[in-house]
Amino acid sequence: MNKNLDLFLTFMKIGAFTFGGGYAMIPLIQREVCDNKKWLNEDDILEVVAIAESTPGPVAINAATFVGSRTAGTLGAVCATLGVVLPSFLIISVISSVLKAFQESKAVQYAFMGIRAGVLALILKAVYTMFMATKKHAVSYVIMAAALVLTAFLKIDAVFVIIGCGLFGLLWSILNRKEQSDDMD
Amino acid sequence: MIWIELFLTFLKIGAFTFGGGYAMLPLIQSEVERHGWLTQAEVVDFIAVSESTPGPLAVNMATFVGIRTGGILGAIIATLGIVLPSFIIILIIAKCFEKYKKSKAVGGIMSGLKPAVVGMIGAAFISVARTVFFPAGLSVSVFSSASLWVFLGLFAVTTVLAFKKVHPIKIILLSAVIGVGAGYGLGL
Repeated sequence: MNKNLDLFLTFMKIGAFTFGGGYAMIPLIQREVCDNKKWLNEDDILEVVAIAESTPGPVAINAATFVGSRTAGTLGAVCATLGVVLPSFLIISVISSVLKAFQESKAVQYAFMGIRAGVLALILKAVYTMFMATKKHAVSYVIMAAALVLTAFLKIDAVFVIIGCGLFGLLWSILNRKEQSDDMD
Repeated sequence: MIWIELFLTFLKIGAFTFGGGYAMLPLIQSEVERHGWLTQAEVVDFIAVSESTPGPLAVNMATFVGIRTGGILGAIIATLGIVLPSFIIILIIAKCFEKYKKSKAVGGIMSGLKPAVVGMIGAAFISVARTVFFPAGLSVSVFSSASLWVFLGLFAVTTVLAFKKVHPIKIILLSAVIGVGAGYGLGL
């Protein structure tokens, strides 16, 4: 089979069978791309995770573009990305019209009132998981608290908070490196 | 013009989200609510829909907001917007990833971004909590209402389940059932 078509179909399958998205997709990519198709090896998958973590954008798109580009160049990247996006796109298009039809129903409104409490629990779990994965360091805690206060209470635009914290991290690491090299002298 | 607005907004969300899933929640919230495309409650409802359907939250959200505001073409444009930044950046980086990964500058920036994302999702948690528990705004009478206690109880139960790694879909289903029961039971 044509490699580009193969990439498209494989990532369409990955997109159609991952719930929750993001990192939930990694094991599936591993099985399809390493074990079944042998396009990449295990080390490459670790690289996919590293790259997804350190570049902007949704993990799924990062991973699809990276694998596609490694396997079959730019056209491969287009095919893989298109494949991973297509199932969500089609499913949500259908669901949005269904949702609209049921929105007026009292039962659906009640259901969503309950669901919101459940989603709140899922968000709390996400905060906890990401907190545990962050470096245990005083500076990290300060940035965390600052980002929380800036977004939640001072209503600063999320983009500015991200840019600000990124620059702060960069400055801090440069200053630290200087100190370390000063110590060595 | 709605197409350009959709494209640029989702381009921005795609370019400034680091990490998967809920990491994009703060940006989605501020952008989508500022444009008046969805209310806070609608964003939360859609997270539930997105958890129960396949595919990445980012793409689901872009498609949903796009279709609501600009039909199928809107959905295509918003999805394209959210995909484009990662796509271009990865294409560039894929060729020199070793260098990028070992770069001290990238490491420094990430050391600031990772905790920032945690704090920002914490902020999203606070604002979603307000919508869930005080949908009509903070007022004294709210504290005496039975529904507040039902939702607090439901939140406590689902939090335990979430930390026990029960699948999100099961948590959402349970919450829906309890919501319907409480809604009719309390005559909300």
